[in-house]
Amino acid sequence: MINTAFSAARKTPWEVIFPNLILLIVALAAFAAVIYLVFLLASRVNVRVQEWLKYAVFLAPAVLFLLIGLVYPTLRTLVMSFMNADSTEFVGFDNYVWSFTIPEILIVLRNTFVWVLFVPILSTFIGLAIAYLTDRMKRPGVVKSLIFLPMAISFVGAGVIWKFVYNFQPNLDKPDIGLFSAISKAFGVNPPNWLLEAPGNTLLLILVMIWIQTGFAMVVLSAAMKNVPDEVVEAAMLDGAGNWQRFVRVTVPMIRSTIIVVLTTTAIGTLKVFDIVRTMTGGNFETNVIANEMYSQSFRQMNYGQGSALAVILLVCVLPIIAYNIRQLRRERAER
Amino acid sequence: MSFKTKRVLAATASAAVATLFLAGCAPADNGVAAGCEAYADYQGFEGTEVEVYTTIIAPEADLFVESFAEFEECTGITVNWNGTQEFEAQIAVRVEGGTAPDLAIFPQPGLLARFKDSLVAAPAKVSESVDANYSPDWKNYGTVDGTFFAAPLGANVKSFVWYNPKVFADNNYTIPTTWQELLDLSEQIATEGKIQPWCAGFGSGEATGWVGTDWMEDIMLRTASAETYDKWTTHGIPFNDPAVATAIGEAGKILKNPKYVGDVASIATTTFQDGGAGIVDGSCAMHRQASFIGGILAADYGATIVEPSDTSMDNGISVFYFPGTSADNKPALGGGEFVAAFADRGEVAALQHYLTTPLWNNAKAKLGGWFSANKGLDEANVADPVNKVAVQILKNATTFRFDGSDVMPAAVGAGTFWKEMTAWVAEDKSDKAVLDAIEASWPKN
Repeated sequence: MINTAFSAARKTPWEVIFPNLILLIVALAAFAAVIYLVFLLASRVNVRVQEWLKYAVFLAPAVLFLLIGLVYPTLRTLVMSFMNADSTEFVGFDNYVWSFTIPEILIVLRNTFVWVLFVPILSTFIGLAIAYLTDRMKRPGVVKSLIFLPMAISFVGAGVIWKFVYNFQPNLDKPDIGLFSAISKAFGVNPPNWLLEAPGNTLLLILVMIWIQTGFAMVVLSAAMKNVPDEVVEAAMLDGAGNWQRFVRVTVPMIRSTIIVVLTTTAIGTLKVFDIVRTMTGGNFETNVIANEMYSQSFRQMNYGQGSALAVILLVCVLPIIAYNIRQLRRERAER
Repeated sequence: MSFKTKRVLAATASAAVATLFLAGCAPADNGVAAGCEAYADYQGFEGTEVEVYTTIIAPEADLFVESFAEFEECTGITVNWNGTQEFEAQIAVRVEGGTAPDLAIFPQPGLLARFKDSLVAAPAKVSESVDANYSPDWKNYGTVDGTFFAAPLGANVKSFVWYNPKVFADNNYTIPTTWQELLDLSEQIATEGKIQPWCAGFGSGEATGWVGTDWMEDIMLRTASAETYDKWTTHGIPFNDPAVATAIGEAGKILKNPKYVGDVASIATTTFQDGGAGIVDGSCAMHRQASFIGGILAADYGATIVEPSDTSMDNGISVFYFPGTSADNKPALGGGEFVAAFADRGEVAALQHYLTTPLWNNAKAKLGGWFSANKGLDEANVADPVNKVAVQILKNATTFRFDGSDVMPAAVGAGTFWKEMTAWVAEDKSDKAVLDAIEASWPKN
């Protein structure tokens, strides 16, 4: 009854790990050898080539990874967005026409726009207010920690938590565990089915994202405020500027670039929002956003063409924000 | 891997025992050891091995392995059970890489058709055994382009209405045997006003709406013929065909009637698990769902699964057949696995044959938690009350069809069909608008 299949099946974990371990050591040794060789060669060529080689050696890995991980997938997505569902035929602009004509997708685009409008502005504004209010507090630690805490919760986790907050119990005989429902009942109002009724449900989802992002805005802006020199504030005080004027005319302009960074980062994060919508409504009830629909089209319904088209639309929306962000950073650097 | 190792040890042991057995005892006239008479058909392959590649993993796999013990002892064939959750992706890799398994258990017939060029047509013995032990519908699902490849294995049933037998007994409700009786009962319960007739929940995260597609399929199979049902799932008729409109209209008689289900829109936000909870706590009378909900209700909602005749328990739940349009129209909606061979060897055919016999099906069912559509399967060997009803449904079924949304292209079956059924209840979208939207989304090629 001796059989190779038997011995193969009886492998202990070590028998599996050992060859892999050897392989790892060999790979590391090979890597070290290559690096050594590169440096050896570099030391032997003339200065000019050496200079060029220096850039090449340090840039090559990054460029390589960028090409594999970013440029190639982007181009492929772009190509696939002009092809049919299983990427076998070119269909021209069909997928884009689909994106901008089907009513369901128009709702998706509208919702994404609403998200990008509300989340960055509100979370930055609230974050700024809290940062200013806690700036001269004696012990801001507790308040700030509590507001920053949601940042530590994953989007999916936040979605699950808020789903309980918005819970709706249609059967009046059963206990209602939803916080919102409880509050509205306390005021004698019959609660609506929170997550079901458009367009309010999108705003309720947006609230979750603001809850998460406000902490981020607050921490970054608060740090920026600490960098506003006391002399400037005192000078303004001497000139007779009140609290509000000092805030609007001095503090805000001085941390303007930080505010823009916070706004743009949050905007990019919001464009990509996916987890909250997916966990809380699954994109139903007119709450869908681009990222969720893109995933659903590509990986659920196997419509790679339409999914890619949505991905490209998302990319086109993010690009100007990134471009602006980079220009802002450059200008700032030039000022210093 | 762990159970495979276990299996190997057991196989070595049992093979050794078998060898002793064969050496020690005088073989009977037909060359089969005493106690192994039932295995006469599978002799002559001592010392061979058959690999079974499948999605079924531990703990279910252990029971399968256990069910082969006698077969292995009596035939000397070793069954190597190789279960992986990656089956659907890996089977193509293995077939194209030239390392196809001997036998593969396909979890759904759609996948089978992709491998028709690599599969070995089922031998005459397997084909005859399937003819004798299964309904033609089951054989059809294992047939690709007129060639019969795959024999049915396990089954599951979706055409269930869950209810609380005590509630039914206390209120003198009778189990309906036709669709009209079901509607009449719903009306009666609603009029009495003691309890809500139905509970439903479509919520399932990203897959929200699938419960609605199951309702549609079950009713479509009743209001239309099986042929129309097949045309519907393969787009032989458009999705907004009058036959489909009839089915969704009938479904709406229950699901979109506030007198029967309470707040219609909140069906969309009620999870499918919570949807079933109402029959446990007595807040509603009936709930249509596949067999698996029993386990969830028992584990998380304090239900006890009982025989339909047991009316003693407050939290007892059981099932009756989701009735057809008339008492003799008894279609069943469900699913099942199919065993196909990639290797043309005697021992492989022997095992494939053995799996279709009442002998094995009864032995496997006795181990618990499992049943099949095998006609030779004795209900007495199925302990679970719900599985027992399922076996009856399969035996009495005039037709058997697979879950239609699994057969449809993913863009519909895992996309718009779910979404539109959700909108149907959530936004009170009209039957026509729902069907038109799904039809528009059907892939063009």
